[in-house]
Amino acid sequence: MAALRSSTARLLGAASRPVLRAPAAPAAVRGMAQVTDGQQQNLAASADQAKLKTFQIYRWNPDTPTEKPRMQSYTLDLNKTGPMVLDALIRIKNEIDPTLTFRRSCREGICGSCAMNINGTNTLACLCRIPAEDNAEMKVYPLPHTYVVKDLVPDLTQFYKQYKSIKPYLQRDTPAEDGKEYRQSKADRKKLDGLYECILCACCSTSCPSYWWNSEEYLGPAILLQSYRWLVDSRDEKTAQRKDALNNSMSLYRCHTILNCTRTCPKGLNPGLAIAEIKRDMAFSG
Amino acid sequence: MIAQRAGTTALRRVAGKPNAFFTANVAKLGLAQSLSTTQIRPVATQKLTPADGAALLAKQRLQRPVSPHLDVYDKQQTWFGGSIWMRITGSAFSGSLYVFATAYLAAPLLGWHLESASLAASFGALPFAAKGALKFLAAWPFAFHALNGVRHLVFDMTYGIKRQTLIKSGWYVWGASMVGGLYLAFFL
Repeated sequence: MAALRSSTARLLGAASRPVLRAPAAPAAVRGMAQVTDGQQQNLAASADQAKLKTFQIYRWNPDTPTEKPRMQSYTLDLNKTGPMVLDALIRIKNEIDPTLTFRRSCREGICGSCAMNINGTNTLACLCRIPAEDNAEMKVYPLPHTYVVKDLVPDLTQFYKQYKSIKPYLQRDTPAEDGKEYRQSKADRKKLDGLYECILCACCSTSCPSYWWNSEEYLGPAILLQSYRWLVDSRDEKTAQRKDALNNSMSLYRCHTILNCTRTCPKGLNPGLAIAEIKRDMAFSG
Repeated sequence: MIAQRAGTTALRRVAGKPNAFFTANVAKLGLAQSLSTTQIRPVATQKLTPADGAALLAKQRLQRPVSPHLDVYDKQQTWFGGSIWMRITGSAFSGSLYVFATAYLAAPLLGWHLESASLAASFGALPFAAKGALKFLAAWPFAFHALNGVRHLVFDMTYGIKRQTLIKSGWYVWGASMVGGLYLAFFL
């Protein structure tokens, strides 16, 4: 470790660091003394009644591929951890085990990176509160039936390819009447509510047993919800072609209304309903 | 001289991040390296050509495990879902129809007695509890398949697909099929 640093750093660093760092700290804190006091009080109060919670986390390392995936447990004091599962994961990575690997970005349920299976249900770690009532163990797995890249990181290549395959963009040949923008009535715009909010976190698709067994051909709830988003868009002119692309035994009709998708969506959307609406439209409009 | 030079390097280094404490003191102290604001990462990285990268990825992809699914997913949704029991009960019924029809066809050749009269007679000889249990074995799947079939038809009309509604209707079907199965088995 030290050998890789420059020699000056080594010579000067060892002796000078403790001396220099000590006075620097108060300067950085500035006028925040009260906040620090408060935190220290909290820590002191919580030290005697630590709320311990154990997290069992799925581990697999691609560098040692012959080793079987295993569950590793980490115990955290909830008094010192943020309220969400993502806070706990970040704290584990920062303080206990830096090799723990997971995706995260926005920490507020808008990017969909931290989708994982927590206590048996798929959800976003950043939107999933750590249950504080009991001290039961929490189990964290990657999204079910996905190829694992490392630890909690699933390979979503197929998922994104499928998304690309439904042409998720406005397709039309006629230009706008006023040459400016494609207008839409309020009622037509309202049809997109509950569809456009989907962040493609893949929670619903990987909760679907049908998608587990047929992900090569079945599109899965997330992609079908997106399909429906373009099917009902009044501005899109390729509705017939889009329906045609779904009209086979696999793409759409592998949905058996299991509805795990609707039960799991961390954004409260309803992929099951969107799929049922596609099926209804296909049945009645030919 | 060397100390001065170290100072300028450090100045250059922290130039991107204005920080009153560092810029004010760095030149004076001449101990800039140790104050460096950049993190030292003792990990050596190596460049790969795109072809090597693709080969590595292909190799890794072959070795990736599939994450656990049925074992870890919420049991209530995987094992007590209406959909899977719809399939199980349906398969059981069509399976037993095929088995019985084939056996009935082969009965004269094998000397079995599968006529209605002899079946009714042998069934009538059983004690009440055994009769009820046997009937329930057929009555419950029938009730479940019928009721859940209606539920699925309602789903297909895009009704009842709301998180709370569908969880409730799922449990109602379980309850009602139990009651219906018991009624058919013991009171009919």
